[in-house]
Amino acid sequence: MSGPRHQKESPTVTTTPAPAGADAPLLRVSDLGKQYGNIIALRGITADVNSGEVTCILGDNGAGKSTLIKTLAGVHQHDAGEFLFEGRAVRFSGPREALDLGIATVYQDLAMVSLMPVWRNFFLGREPTKGVWPLRRIDVAEAKQITKRELKAMGIDIRDPEQPVGTLSGGERQCVAIARAVYFGAKVLILDEPTAALGVKQSGVVLKYIIAARERGLGVVFITHNPHHAYPVGDRFLLLKRGQSMGYYEKSQITRDELTALMAGGAELEQLSHELEKGGGAAAVAAAEIGDEAHELGIPATAATSGDGG
Amino acid sequence: MTTIAVSGDERLARQSPLKRLLGRPELGSLAGFLLILLFFSAVSETFRSVQGVATWLDPSSLLGIMAVAVALLMIGGEFDLSAGVLTGTTGTTTAVLAGLYGLNVWLSMLVSLVVAVAVGVTNGLLVVRTKLPSFIVTLGMFLALQGLNLGLTKVFTGGSVQISGLSAALGYDSANAVFADSVSLGGEDFRISIVWWLVITAVAAWVLMRTRVGSWILAVGGDQNAARSVGVPVARVKIALFVTVSVAAWFVGNISALRQGGAQANIGIGEELTYIVAAVIGGCLLTGGYGSVIGAALGALMFGMAQKGIVFAGWDSDWYKLFLGVMLLIAVIGNQYVRQFAARSRR
Repeated sequence: MSGPRHQKESPTVTTTPAPAGADAPLLRVSDLGKQYGNIIALRGITADVNSGEVTCILGDNGAGKSTLIKTLAGVHQHDAGEFLFEGRAVRFSGPREALDLGIATVYQDLAMVSLMPVWRNFFLGREPTKGVWPLRRIDVAEAKQITKRELKAMGIDIRDPEQPVGTLSGGERQCVAIARAVYFGAKVLILDEPTAALGVKQSGVVLKYIIAARERGLGVVFITHNPHHAYPVGDRFLLLKRGQSMGYYEKSQITRDELTALMAGGAELEQLSHELEKGGGAAAVAAAEIGDEAHELGIPATAATSGDGG
Repeated sequence: MTTIAVSGDERLARQSPLKRLLGRPELGSLAGFLLILLFFSAVSETFRSVQGVATWLDPSSLLGIMAVAVALLMIGGEFDLSAGVLTGTTGTTTAVLAGLYGLNVWLSMLVSLVVAVAVGVTNGLLVVRTKLPSFIVTLGMFLALQGLNLGLTKVFTGGSVQISGLSAALGYDSANAVFADSVSLGGEDFRISIVWWLVITAVAAWVLMRTRVGSWILAVGGDQNAARSVGVPVARVKIALFVTVSVAAWFVGNISALRQGGAQANIGIGEELTYIVAAVIGGCLLTGGYGSVIGAALGALMFGMAQKGIVFAGWDSDWYKLFLGVMLLIAVIGNQYVRQFAARSRR
């Protein structure tokens, strides 16, 4: 095996001819909706993912981030709006179909076995082999060499592909998972909160890999609740709240502070400020600081610090 | 937010050659093997003679065939407590069919192979489908087979648990030559089971370390959810491993039956723990995902040596159990350390 596997066109994916505008984005959802029974999990979501760009999906817990990425990954099906991949409408019946088209998802658990060497994890389930049946075996030298090369291309120089994945740092493991998806033919890479469990430095490492994946021409979907992680690497930002779009911006349309302010939300800051004020003492000092922060972020001072807090 | 702090230490630890060596799963059993070899060679002259070597290689080979299969299963994350008693089931099946009913020995062995595979598939399916711990599922199988062995043998023999007459059956000589005979080497008779043991160990080690199935075994035992999500057929791998252990038990059960020209219905009971002990001493983690076939073979060798060495040295053979227990404890404590090392920076 000398390169990424061939893309298999799955016959069960319903496709329609590409629209006239040939310049269609790699992946586009428009007015997408998803319901679980009578619960509306997503409504009116519109976003694009382009090759060589990062689309960030921001939102707090329960905002609908998970539902959205599971829909993109083929775990769930949308029941309103449009889902276009390479200009054609798609509806997946399972994650395998999404993967076959090149939509790879790296979930938080990374799907890696800690006790196993890096190279075995990299090729697990898709090992390159040589020889004929009774003697068919893994091409270990090839596998190790590809692992080393692919990880190096992502900017991580592994000393020995034989070391267990468990001995890598959290950021490095994330990188192995990303490099694996890239090597096996991903066009769209969905990263489910890759920085959520990491420290400041390791998060920086992961952001570096996101940029590396973008530079290799992938469309990256980066899910996070941290605007400070999203802004430096993102090209577009979709803000979710309670299953609805709170805004969809190109990078040129929004500053980091505005993004942070939108994420934090004036009302929540106000509430937090009041709760802390009631505590008195040190908490009141913190409340004042939050008020200042809100002011700096352009949220009206009255919203953050005034009001009678019932 | 803990990962940043340890990243420095981690890299240091990784470079230490001593720790890398300790990370090898076979290391413990290799050290134990050398220690016991030197010890009994010093204590007993018979032990180090060619005759002595042939003597202690024999029990090592029978235990070793089982330990190798059990090691694969344990690396795949499961136990089989029915493995010992299954050697009795397969042996008595052959003995009843050939010894009592005069069926061809080869045909009888084929039937007992079918029985063994059926037991393995049952164990595997029960574990995979019910998601119950294999410990409890195979304990049930162990007790069931134990009762079946004794009960059915008595039915067939009319009350006796002993079956003989196998050596008079058709095809005995050829089957005996392939599985149970001895070959002369250096003026001493070495059991042919030793050759089988070496071949099985070599094949199993190659499968584990060099084939796709081997990678899947490691993955299934290490983290079956991760394995499943990258497309490893978890259920099939596990069932195949249970069948492997059953086929090994068929091998050992039939070798014993052919050697004795018959079988005893209560054979093999209690042996299942010895297999597990040999695999653990060979570096298998009780939790799966890590271990070595070569290590398990060395573990079996240690037990064969100790079992015969104690007798050669003129001591009471009851000391053997003490040895078994102490070695197990040392091995488990050693493995604990290995595991902590290997999984050091797990989040």
